[in-house]
Amino acid sequence: MRINLRQAALLAYLFFLLLPIYWLLNMSFKETDEILGVFSLIPDHFTMANYKMIFTDASWYTGYLNSIRYVAMNTVISLSVALPAAYGFSRYAFMGDKHMFFWLLTNRMSPPAVFLLPFFQFYQTVGLFDTHIAVALAHCLFNVPLAVWILEGFMSGIPREIDETAFIDGYSFPRFFITIFIPLIRAGIGVTAFFCFMFSWVELLLARTLTTVNAKPIAAVMTRTISAAGMDWGGLAAAGVLTMVPGVIVIWFVRNYMAKGFALGRV
Amino acid sequence: MEKWQNNRAWFLVLPVFLVVAFSAIIPLMTVVNYSVQDILAPGQRVFVGPEWYREILHDARLHEALWRQIIYSFTVLLIEVPLGIGVALTLPKKGWGVSACLVLLALPLLIPWNVVGTIWVVFSRPDIGLAGVTLNEILRIPYNFTANPIHSWVTVMIMDVWHWTPLVILLCYAGLQAIPEAYYQAAKIDGASRWAVFRFIQLPKMRGVLLIALLLRFMDSFMIYTEPFVLTGGGPGNSTTFLSQYLTKMAVGQFDLGPAAAFSLIYFLIILLFSYIFYTVITSYDKGEAK
Repeated sequence: MRINLRQAALLAYLFFLLLPIYWLLNMSFKETDEILGVFSLIPDHFTMANYKMIFTDASWYTGYLNSIRYVAMNTVISLSVALPAAYGFSRYAFMGDKHMFFWLLTNRMSPPAVFLLPFFQFYQTVGLFDTHIAVALAHCLFNVPLAVWILEGFMSGIPREIDETAFIDGYSFPRFFITIFIPLIRAGIGVTAFFCFMFSWVELLLARTLTTVNAKPIAAVMTRTISAAGMDWGGLAAAGVLTMVPGVIVIWFVRNYMAKGFALGRV
Repeated sequence: MEKWQNNRAWFLVLPVFLVVAFSAIIPLMTVVNYSVQDILAPGQRVFVGPEWYREILHDARLHEALWRQIIYSFTVLLIEVPLGIGVALTLPKKGWGVSACLVLLALPLLIPWNVVGTIWVVFSRPDIGLAGVTLNEILRIPYNFTANPIHSWVTVMIMDVWHWTPLVILLCYAGLQAIPEAYYQAAKIDGASRWAVFRFIQLPKMRGVLLIALLLRFMDSFMIYTEPFVLTGGGPGNSTTFLSQYLTKMAVGQFDLGPAAAFSLIYFLIILLFSYIFYTVITSYDKGEAK
């Protein structure tokens, strides 16, 4: 196969992308002594001990389960409220629509740092502190606006004649929305779900503040273990590698939606 | 496209409004409250009006952090957006390569932010890191990101480019995929150059996704906290202390709630202003093009 300039550029970029990840993987199969003592591109003493430690220690693996649970909740909540709203924004002009849309976006822009204390107090007052739903709701702050925004873009690409035809044919709004409209924008839904998952999965500051024991996310488990056990580089690397796994699974499911494109001009 | 005028559309938007209001308006009100009060003890508060705002606006170290932040955000935007468009154009359009590339590209985005910091610590440390050891031992460049401010700046920026360029690539790629094949065929018949295809077909079609990419990258780079915190801790000195870190230090470290709240509202307004400018410029350009 002939490799041209474009492919070479792409390969160079992918190389840059994978190099740090390769190093993390490499470290996760080493013992801490080897990491600190010897510089080796592949582990001299290949070991699974770091992974075994994570899968057998409940304080580690519950961190993963907690994270997955609130991320899933957040994705479901974000999508179910954002779908009708995005439809409203893309199809109708109503009083205050532009202001509302921009107000939503401003929530995506609010710096989380000082919201920590108000959030903490607020969720304790309403009795949701240290629950999965608290983190899921807090993450709605930045995920719902994003979901509305992305979905609105996809929906505006669908010609409005489709809606009109369906209403003339006697479809009720819910029936039209579920049986006709949602299948048309499923690529958009896939992409949106991916982004909601992503931003909720990687966020640490809010998730850590709103939880103590029951809903503690994996990223917070990691920071605590570093300080407690000195520098367990191997265990840290293995935990880091495992945080990538759920993401890879999700992107694997939506890859076709992203690749198929928006179906514009084909409907 | 003319929209239907209908105020009942509010019912469609209402759930979003309630969910976001639940986690935005109430905390925001608390922040506004703090910013005009001096909290002496729990339950004992004095109204101080704009005093905290005055104090914050005259804080020299804050001005430094602000400039650092602006330079940082614009530099990463200048690198990431063109690089993202460039890589999106090189991606294959069909075949097994598509899935492989998308999955690989999305990898950095799905890593929790503190882990991103950790990855770059272990990657660039002069004693155990691949990059650190290679630069020092093999290329004989005395590289140490914890001691040299320039090195730590470069490291934080490369980390940001590594971390976030894939977002720009994925959005641009999604935009490119939406262009019907007929456009390219028409361009071919007209004998359009590669550049003309990019300038008059691909770039206009990517405008929507580029707006999203630009805004997201600007906001997030302007609020960056976790990654540099893990990588450099804001140092050496204060050389990589960005606004969020300064703010968190103030609010959690010193518990200066009043100034911190005033600061966060000003911070928020700065982001709002920049984003509004981006938004208006791009959407008005959109309308100009459509005529």
